[in-house]
Amino acid sequence: MSESALYQKLASSLGLEGLPEESLGTVSALVVPAASWHAAALWLKQQGFSMLIELGAADYSKHPLPHPGRYAVAAHFMALPGFERACLKAYVPAESPALQSLCGLYAAANWYEREAWDMFGIDFPGHPELKRILMYEGFEGHPLRKDYPLGRMQPLIPMREAVDYEAVRQAARRAGQGGA
Amino acid sequence: MKDQILDDAVLTTQLDKVVAWGRKYSLFNYPFVTACCGMEFMASSASHYDTDRFGAVFPRFSPRQSDLLMVVGTINHKMAPALKRVYDQMCEPKWVVAFGVCATSGGFYQNYATVPGIDTIIPVDMYIPGCPPRPETIIDALVKLQARIQGQRQSLV
Amino acid sequence: MSMHIEQKLPSYRSESKAMGLEPMAINLGPSHPAMHGTIRIKAHLEGETIVFADVEMGYLHRGFEKTAEAKTWNQVVPYTDRLNYVSPIINNVGYALAVEKLIGIQVPERGQYVRLIMSEISRITDHLTCIGASAMELGAFTAFLYFIKAREYFWQLVEEVTGARLTISYTRVGGITRDLTPDFRERFAFCAAELEKSMAEVDGLLSRNRIFLDRMDGVGVMDRERSLSYGFTGPLLRAAGVAYDVRKAFPYLVYDRLDFEVPTGSKGDNLDRYHVRMEEMRQSLAMIRQALQQIPEGPINVADPRVMLPDKQAVYTNIEALMNHFKLIMPGHGIRPPAGEVYFPVEGGNGELGFWVISDGSDRPYRVRVRPPCFPLMAGVEEMILGEQVADLIPIFGAINMIAGELDR
Repeated sequence: MSESALYQKLASSLGLEGLPEESLGTVSALVVPAASWHAAALWLKQQGFSMLIELGAADYSKHPLPHPGRYAVAAHFMALPGFERACLKAYVPAESPALQSLCGLYAAANWYEREAWDMFGIDFPGHPELKRILMYEGFEGHPLRKDYPLGRMQPLIPMREAVDYEAVRQAARRAGQGGA
Repeated sequence: MKDQILDDAVLTTQLDKVVAWGRKYSLFNYPFVTACCGMEFMASSASHYDTDRFGAVFPRFSPRQSDLLMVVGTINHKMAPALKRVYDQMCEPKWVVAFGVCATSGGFYQNYATVPGIDTIIPVDMYIPGCPPRPETIIDALVKLQARIQGQRQSLV
Repeated sequence: MSMHIEQKLPSYRSESKAMGLEPMAINLGPSHPAMHGTIRIKAHLEGETIVFADVEMGYLHRGFEKTAEAKTWNQVVPYTDRLNYVSPIINNVGYALAVEKLIGIQVPERGQYVRLIMSEISRITDHLTCIGASAMELGAFTAFLYFIKAREYFWQLVEEVTGARLTISYTRVGGITRDLTPDFRERFAFCAAELEKSMAEVDGLLSRNRIFLDRMDGVGVMDRERSLSYGFTGPLLRAAGVAYDVRKAFPYLVYDRLDFEVPTGSKGDNLDRYHVRMEEMRQSLAMIRQALQQIPEGPINVADPRVMLPDKQAVYTNIEALMNHFKLIMPGHGIRPPAGEVYFPVEGGNGELGFWVISDGSDRPYRVRVRPPCFPLMAGVEEMILGEQVADLIPIFGAINMIAGELDR
């Protein structure tokens, strides 16, 4: 793919060699070490990648194939006017996962990183206000992690048992018949 | 006691029935719209299916001014306190309609985020199944609710 | 994140602070009349001007991504319907295309044309709902009724083809559930005529209406540079002057065989967004007409026994077809894409809708991440409403067409 030439230039500007690439079907992702995340994004921005299209995370702990870290964050960039795409991927470990925030480069990164924090617990030092975005204050845990069970609810107001009106009516009828 | 019409001009009936007749044909709904069911709610209020024929089209977006709370769409745990507060702010008499399967039972979203049916939070008078319910189902439920209101004791205090 | 007006307009001088007064805090939502979805906007006002904005979302978070990990590949399709519920087919098509890319199959030509036609009908209903609802919020109730009537005709057409009006679950991995009806062309011609009538009426009501222009012109401006920084896509980016459309830039299905234009605005304000959407509806109609001329006969589903259920007649009479059916339906078996990842973007009603699908080789997705088109748009709303009057908040919010189903998933 045409991204390979771009990625080689990026790798040499970071002073790294032999960075692996992963195929994402429509685009190829360059796997950068977590420590070079911000530098790589800055280089892309200087090359004209003015849009951060997407920044998402995934938890690979239950995946059968080995991955260099438990969590991965993938960011997609786009350059105008030719609509060139680039994708960076960084793996972070399970204990205190963290990646430097891209908020200073792209305004879009703000909410995307908040969601990655909310759903996975990945920290983004440098983010102005890293708080929950989809879940509510008081929710404990990070729902999209593989060890969070699907059905564990943390209700904000106590839930009551729904009344089975038919059963109540039948019990009353039976009591009436028994009495009469 | 049966209703009687005297000389084509005077109707004798019971106070409960008259009050219920007034209340059922002038329902002011509070559409608590969250999700996809809102589209069918809009469609049933618009020209094709027109709930205005039943007197129940005008929404009042203040809980103090409405008497029918239509919970349209999925309620999740983040939204539940808002729903409870809106319900508590409404004055009697009030009726609650769980519109769609997500409000009825949680639908097919049985997970950490959604409330499995709003009757775990507030009492419900009418459950409308469907994902989303067709406008004909909505009108059927509205007519059934009106029949139910007619049969209830109406308190005036 | 919250935003103060000094971050947007550094030269702003607060009169209230000079007088020793506090701005007034108001709260919009999460249950509010603007019928686009549940969102909470906390705003501070000085008089009528908004000086602080904080947009809080998540009130319709239904756990789509976590649920998708517990269902099989085809069982996720009904959940994708409810993402952008005003244009459900586009979500279905995006997800199906992503999984098909992962497996490495392609739907036959007729199937692609049918998916394209239904996607463009979905886009039309999306824009009808958006413009109708935002006109109603400005007080133009008649425009809403006209557009909902036009939308109703299209929903009846969709119901004839797919079986449902709104949540249709039309695609499967490897194809679609039903072909077009035999009288589709006549029915579509009727719906298109009704739509053109409604659009002419609403155009006459709104486009040169002094009140509409005063309320929408110059309101909610987001210039090109800020739009790009926020990652806007779709009608809002096109209104700011950038002609980015996934159907042109990265064509999928058979969009590269159709001749259509991408309407762009110049100022990035509400009026441009309205015109972009109206023009996109006309372009969608033209696209459907071209597709109906070009569509070939043939199968609609890929004839791959690994993904596609065999014909029911064969299942009931033939043991191999029965085994094939069994291998696709029973738990523990089913469609098994190879382990890998795909990111597939399609053009949703609001912008680039991307599906990042990770497979671990089993019959259930490992991870389905949705790139919601209105996620960056809502992040940009905070900046858009600062400095505007509180009455402008509603048209700005309406022009963004936030759909909570896809924003919160």
